[in-house]
Amino acid sequence: MADDVLVEVRDLDMAFKIKGQRGQPTMLHVLHKLSFDIGRGETLGLVGESGSGKSTAGRILVGLFEPTGGSVKLFGRPITGPERRANLAAVRSRLQFVFQDPHAALNPRLRVGDSIAEPIDIAGTMSRRDRNDRVKELLEMVGLPRDSAERFPHEFSGGQRQRIVIARALALAPAFIVCDEPVSALDVSMQAQIINLLMDLQARFGLSYLFIAHDLAVVRAVTHRVAVMYAGSIVEVAPKDVLYEKPQHPYTQALLDAVPRPDPARVRPQVIGGEVPSLLVPPPGCRFHTRCPHAMPRCRVDIPVLRETGDGRQTACHLYEGPSVIPSAARDLPRSAHGASSAGDPSLRSG
Amino acid sequence: MTASSLVSIEDLTVQFRTDRGWTTAIEGVSFDVAEGDCVGVVGESGSGKSVTALSMLRLHARGTSRFARGSVRYGGQDLLRAPERTLRQIRGRDIAMVFQDPMSSLNPVLTICDQISETLCLHQGVSRAAARQRAIELLDLVRIPDASRRVDEYPHRLSGGMRQRVMIAIAIACRPRLLIADEPTTALDVTIQAQILELLRDLRAELGMAVMLISHDLGVIAEFARRVIVMYAGRIVEDAPVDVLFRAPRHPYTEGLMASMPALEGGAGRLYAIPGRIPDADEPIAGCRFGPRCAHVEAICQAAAPELVAIGATHRVRCTPRTRTSGTS
Amino acid sequence: MTEIALATGPAGGAVLAPRRRFIALRRLAAHRSFQIGLCLVLLLAVAAIFAPVITGIDPSAMKVRLRFKPPSEAFPFGTDSFGRDVLTRVLYGARVSLWIGLVVAVMSGVCGAVIGVLAAQFRRLDAPLMRLMDALMSFPAILLALGITAALGPRMESVIIALTVAYVPAGARIVRASALVVRELDYVQAARIAGASDLRIMFRHILPNSVSPLLVQMTFVFAYSILAEAALSFLGVGVQPPTASWGNIIAEGRDYATEAWWVMLFPGLGISLAALGLNLLGDGLRDVLDPRLKSG
Repeated sequence: MADDVLVEVRDLDMAFKIKGQRGQPTMLHVLHKLSFDIGRGETLGLVGESGSGKSTAGRILVGLFEPTGGSVKLFGRPITGPERRANLAAVRSRLQFVFQDPHAALNPRLRVGDSIAEPIDIAGTMSRRDRNDRVKELLEMVGLPRDSAERFPHEFSGGQRQRIVIARALALAPAFIVCDEPVSALDVSMQAQIINLLMDLQARFGLSYLFIAHDLAVVRAVTHRVAVMYAGSIVEVAPKDVLYEKPQHPYTQALLDAVPRPDPARVRPQVIGGEVPSLLVPPPGCRFHTRCPHAMPRCRVDIPVLRETGDGRQTACHLYEGPSVIPSAARDLPRSAHGASSAGDPSLRSG
Repeated sequence: MTASSLVSIEDLTVQFRTDRGWTTAIEGVSFDVAEGDCVGVVGESGSGKSVTALSMLRLHARGTSRFARGSVRYGGQDLLRAPERTLRQIRGRDIAMVFQDPMSSLNPVLTICDQISETLCLHQGVSRAAARQRAIELLDLVRIPDASRRVDEYPHRLSGGMRQRVMIAIAIACRPRLLIADEPTTALDVTIQAQILELLRDLRAELGMAVMLISHDLGVIAEFARRVIVMYAGRIVEDAPVDVLFRAPRHPYTEGLMASMPALEGGAGRLYAIPGRIPDADEPIAGCRFGPRCAHVEAICQAAAPELVAIGATHRVRCTPRTRTSGTS
Repeated sequence: MTEIALATGPAGGAVLAPRRRFIALRRLAAHRSFQIGLCLVLLLAVAAIFAPVITGIDPSAMKVRLRFKPPSEAFPFGTDSFGRDVLTRVLYGARVSLWIGLVVAVMSGVCGAVIGVLAAQFRRLDAPLMRLMDALMSFPAILLALGITAALGPRMESVIIALTVAYVPAGARIVRASALVVRELDYVQAARIAGASDLRIMFRHILPNSVSPLLVQMTFVFAYSILAEAALSFLGVGVQPPTASWGNIIAEGRDYATEAWWVMLFPGLGISLAALGLNLLGDGLRDVLDPRLKSG
């Protein structure tokens, strides 16, 4: 079982040093005690609004940032701590990244073939001929003509460039790809093509994805499990159908309610007020309590931690902790292992 | 179409200058906006939805674009040919606009109060003290908490959502009869988007103004508009009441667009994808510009460019096969 | 240049747009001021290169009897105080002046690019390198060059070194500014994720995408150097007679400016035309390469 966990993140903290209001250095805590696993062939969705830290988490996983706390293991090797450099070098070829903006992700001065082959060239493991054959093979894999290799990025549309970026990510046959908002810069009719391509490639090569996105509908289409982030922490993580059918955390509920549906007849639920709090002066206790319709006195003091609440779900919310909180609401969820009665959701959903 | 039309756009055709001469960005765009109406314009990049909006107020880039044909009628004048002075009066006072990026639309060195009063003073000639009072009222109206304090702040102190509220406050300062909102929520988070859309809905009801909402997001359009105009490659391809459009779209592009949206309500597996890509404005395509990507393309589609044909009192479609045999599903 | 290819991959129907190549070159070719500038510069360059063919006279051949002849059919630009043909001297002077301009532009460009990219890529080098550049920049370029040529002795090589030192800081600043933007772009991050070395990142990704503004700057440095060489030679610390440069021809002619105006006029025209041509060229380059500064 442990062999099948490609990514293991525990208590990840990340803080950036920034200039404060009077120019003095201040720490901006972007991630707080993040923990999750990603299995072989699995897609974990990481959703949240701006400032949730989802993109930073993805960048840490490919070694672009060194976290300030916690541990990250990739393919069983820790990329945090003293062995970081050696282990990163060892796992690099099995690790890739797909960017949001396909216009910024390709060097405009390089021919497409050279961009795609860059991971191969850096690894230096292939002869010139094998490399060029591999480029053609990769182009075909992502649905582009073989002769695209000779062209420059500006000759391609946004959707086609994203195919090129994906081809580059596949160059060394990686096992794990971080996709950071891979379709949000694309037009709706192009989005579906890229989503289908990512799913086809997963089926073909058994890839694992960390799929970072703000579009909840896209996330539902491509992922197996979903983690919802708010202001630097995961508030809920669950198999996707569990999460979308019965969201537990009040923030997850608010987020799902807020997504506009292509259904003019829909009765719109109450809109949640307020805004994401500043990470420089985060509110004490639960960071969502300033906007939460169910906030209790305790939420202003205690930071809730992720707990198993059944159905393979973990929620970080005081509503689902003590037996005394919502006694009547246990009907939707089985009791969790430690015997505390978990609270269900029906009374919380407004729509 | 309606008797009480506020703005009437007829055969609007706008061209852009490129290295290879003039290319047509939008062609033959015709529609009316009725008093108090709520029109959604939906389309992907290159559809011409923003060009249409900018052209209505003659805010297109001078020198690099031109009107080839058409008219935009408002209050008995053609805005495309009216003198610049008349247009300056109409902009902001009668027809206001809100854009996608609230940061670049606000001047960073002026306080919120300055920017709102600028519009007020320009169009209504109110005194500074009165303008400040009015600015606070407007901030209240767009639900900015603690308005009397916020009015003296600079834009960078505000979040994206708050900035967009300020933009809306400026836009409605003179009680316009039409508010054009070009992707007003695209840069915002989903919960903030819901707040802004709700605000726009409430303001429309309170002030009785017409709103033209431009978006790439069918969900936003479905939740906001009463009537929807679908654009593709510079042309209107379908125009219908919102419930009709989402229940029974007639144009293959509208169908494809809806089918390719992943649903929040579930359904895993491959998505329907419209094949091919959006054509460039100057790409030569015989007949229907959606033809090369259309699942139902026929010989007749390539023979001649289809016309926008009414297939009911309130429904127009630009598709030769569909309008010829209207009645089949 | 129009070929349309069809895809056969899993998604199918990924039709590419017709090919569009050399967009920048084509825009340049259509740019009016670039055309004029290029013509002027080429004209001067051709005249300089083929100077021996055009005149066939030795530029230092003195004919004292023919001193101060005004422009005529035999001497289209007249003769100077030693009876030398001014046309010949202006043509040979163009060789020296244009050569100095070109070498200074290229050398200061290359040094500026390397320093700018180093400063952007290695943040620890940034402060020392940029302070050094600031120090050099705080002197007026011509004063700095004057000091350096005075120290190195009045020779062409000294002029080149002095002007290169004087113009490196501007280039370094320009490259650093754009490199700082480029290094944060996604394709550079992609290279980092793939484990690319600093050298690879600098020379394959950052440098090629940061040099456009430098290219524009180089055309202006070319023009400034011609002017600066003239000034240095005029002050006597530049290229030394009998080697002709536009600067020292003017310097020699200044004592007789009222009687023999042609001695100063023609090299002066050469300088003006070269500076004008290079500036027009640079404007065209800037319009095409740097759309942010585009007017209209």
